[in-house]
Amino acid sequence: MGKTYKKPEALSDNYTHYCPGCTHGTIHRLIAEVIDELGIRDRTVGIAPVGCAVLAYNYFTFDFQEAAHGRAPAMATGIKRVRPDLMVFTYQGDGDLASIGLSEIIHAANRGEKFTTVFVNNAVYGMTGGQMAPTTMPDQRTTTSPYGRKVEDAGMPIRIAELLATLATPSYISRHTVIRPKYITKAKRAIKQAFTYQLEGRCFSLVEIVSTCPTNWGMTPSEALDWTEDKLLAYYKLGEYKTPE
Amino acid sequence: MGKVLMKGNEAISEAAIRAGCLNYFAYPITPQNEVAEYLSKRLPEVGGVFLQGESEVAVSYMLFGASACGARVLTTSSSPGISLMSEGLSYMTAAQCPVVLINIMRCGPGLGGILPAQGDYFQATKGGGHGDYHLLVMAPASVQEAVEMVMQAFILAEKYRNPVMLLGDGLIGQMMEPVEFPEDYIVPPVNKDAWATSGMGTRKSRTRNLVKTLYLDPVELNNHNLLLKSKYDRMKREDVRFENYNTDTDYSALIVSYGTMSRVCITAIDNLKAEGLEVGMLRPQTLFPFPEKGVHAAAAKKSCKVVISVEMSMGQMVEDVDRSVKGQRPVEWYGKCGGEVPTPEEIMDVVRAKLKQSS
Repeated sequence: MGKTYKKPEALSDNYTHYCPGCTHGTIHRLIAEVIDELGIRDRTVGIAPVGCAVLAYNYFTFDFQEAAHGRAPAMATGIKRVRPDLMVFTYQGDGDLASIGLSEIIHAANRGEKFTTVFVNNAVYGMTGGQMAPTTMPDQRTTTSPYGRKVEDAGMPIRIAELLATLATPSYISRHTVIRPKYITKAKRAIKQAFTYQLEGRCFSLVEIVSTCPTNWGMTPSEALDWTEDKLLAYYKLGEYKTPE
Repeated sequence: MGKVLMKGNEAISEAAIRAGCLNYFAYPITPQNEVAEYLSKRLPEVGGVFLQGESEVAVSYMLFGASACGARVLTTSSSPGISLMSEGLSYMTAAQCPVVLINIMRCGPGLGGILPAQGDYFQATKGGGHGDYHLLVMAPASVQEAVEMVMQAFILAEKYRNPVMLLGDGLIGQMMEPVEFPEDYIVPPVNKDAWATSGMGTRKSRTRNLVKTLYLDPVELNNHNLLLKSKYDRMKREDVRFENYNTDTDYSALIVSYGTMSRVCITAIDNLKAEGLEVGMLRPQTLFPFPEKGVHAAAAKKSCKVVISVEMSMGQMVEDVDRSVKGQRPVEWYGKCGGEVPTPEEIMDVVRAKLKQSS
C-alpha cells in the first residue's frame, strides 16, 4: 500500500520558526502542494517579504529572492517582465503589503503584472513585536495602540481584497482563511486557481488569507482561532472579490 | 557606422542597447528624461523591456528582481531620484546583483534645481544607502566617454557582481556632441548559473538558488561583509582609472577635477600656459575606486606647490584628494554648487591666488 499523504517536494525538511498557533506553516504547505500538483517547481521563483515570513525561503525547495519591506511586488514585476516564462509569487504580510508597500501592490496590480500574491493578514505586526498594523481592528490592543486602536486617530482597518478589487485590471482577488479544516480546502483551491491563472498568462492575482498571531495578540492558539473566526472574519469577509470575465 | 551628432542622454541610451542591455526600468526626472523617452521608442523595436515604474523606490526593486534572475538591466535618474533608490542600492549590493545606474546629477540638496552639479559625490562614492557597501562609480567628461563607459559598466557590474553607477551631470546629459559607437563591441557571456534565480530547470545541477541579504548570525554577516570588502579591494587593484593633462611639464599647481568641470579646467590650464604658468591636472574617471596613488604621485612632483580640487560641489571630492596627497602639499578646494559652472577665468584667478598663498 502506497502513501496517500506525504510531504510535498516543494517543501523542505526544515522545522519552521513560526510560533505555535500561527498559520504560516499551513499556508506554506498549501503553496507547496499546489506547486507540486501543477509541476512548476523547476520554474518557480518565490519572493519572501520582511516580517515573520522573511525566512520563508528556508521552507521551500525552489529558487527564492528576499525583498525589502513592501517591495516584493516591484521585485516580482522586474522578474516577470524580463522572464515571463517563470512562475513568480510574492508572500507578504499585512504590515509589509498594506502599509509600507501599499503603493507597490496597487501599481503592480493595476498594471496587471502577471504574478501571484499570497497576502497573509493577521491584523498586527508580528516580527517586530506586535505593533499596530493598517489591518488592526478597532479597539484592538497592540504595543503601539495600548489603549486599543482608536478609529479617530488611526482610521478603520484597510480591506486589501476589496481595495484591489476596485481596480479594473487584476484578474483574480479572493479572501480565505485556514483556521479550521473546513476553510483549508477552499484556500488551497484559491491558491491553485491564482497560480493557474498565471500559467494561463492572465494578469495579477491575489489571495488574501486571514491568519492568526497568538503570541502578539496575547492569546492561546485556540483562543486566537476563535477570535479570528468571531472578530476578524466579521470584518474581513471571505469570498471571491474579482474573477476573470 | 561613422560619427553621429547626439544628445548625451540619447547616446547613453543607445550605448546600453549596443552593450546588450535590453531591460530598462525608470521613473522620469529632469534632466535625464530623454533617456526614458528614447528607450520607450527603441526598446520595443529591438524586443526589449521598457517599464516606467510608479516611483524610484519601486524601480530600484524592479532592477533588483530582474538582475537577481540573471537579466542585464539599466536605470537612469537624477539626484533626488537616486536618493529614493538608495535603499534598493544597499540591498542590491548586499545581494551582489549586477546592475547599471546612471545619475545625471542636478543641484541639491532637496529639490535644489535642475541645473548641472556634482553634489552627489559623497552619496555615490561613500554609500547613500545603509550599511557597509560601495558602488563602482565612473565619471565621464564627454558624450563619447559616456557612451564607452556605459558599455564598460555592464562588464564591470558582472565582473564584480556589484552595481555600477555612471555619475554624469546635467551638462553631459543635455549637450550634443559627435559620437561613435564601437562596432565590434562584444560583451562576454557570464555564467550566472551559480547564483541567479532563473528557475531550477535552467540549471544542470537542478539545485535551487537563493538571493538574500539577511544574515542573522553575526559571524556569517561579518564574513559576508568581508567578502564584499574583498571585491572593493579588488576594484582598487584592477579598475582604478584616471587621465592626466599637462603633467609632463614642471607644473606649479595640480588641479584634480572630474566630469564636465574638468573640461573647463583644461581651458583654464591652456590659457595659463599661454601666460607662462604651467598647471597639471588629474581627472579621475573612476571616483570609486578613487585614483589615490595617481593623485599622490602627481602631487609629489617637486615643482608642485599646491593641489586644488575643483568641483561643482561644496568640497566633497577634496576629502579624497586630501587623503591621497597625505600632507605632501597644501590641498585647496574651489567650486560652485548652485547650478553654475565655474568659468575658465574664475579658475585661472583661483590658481593664481592659491599659488600666491602657498608660496
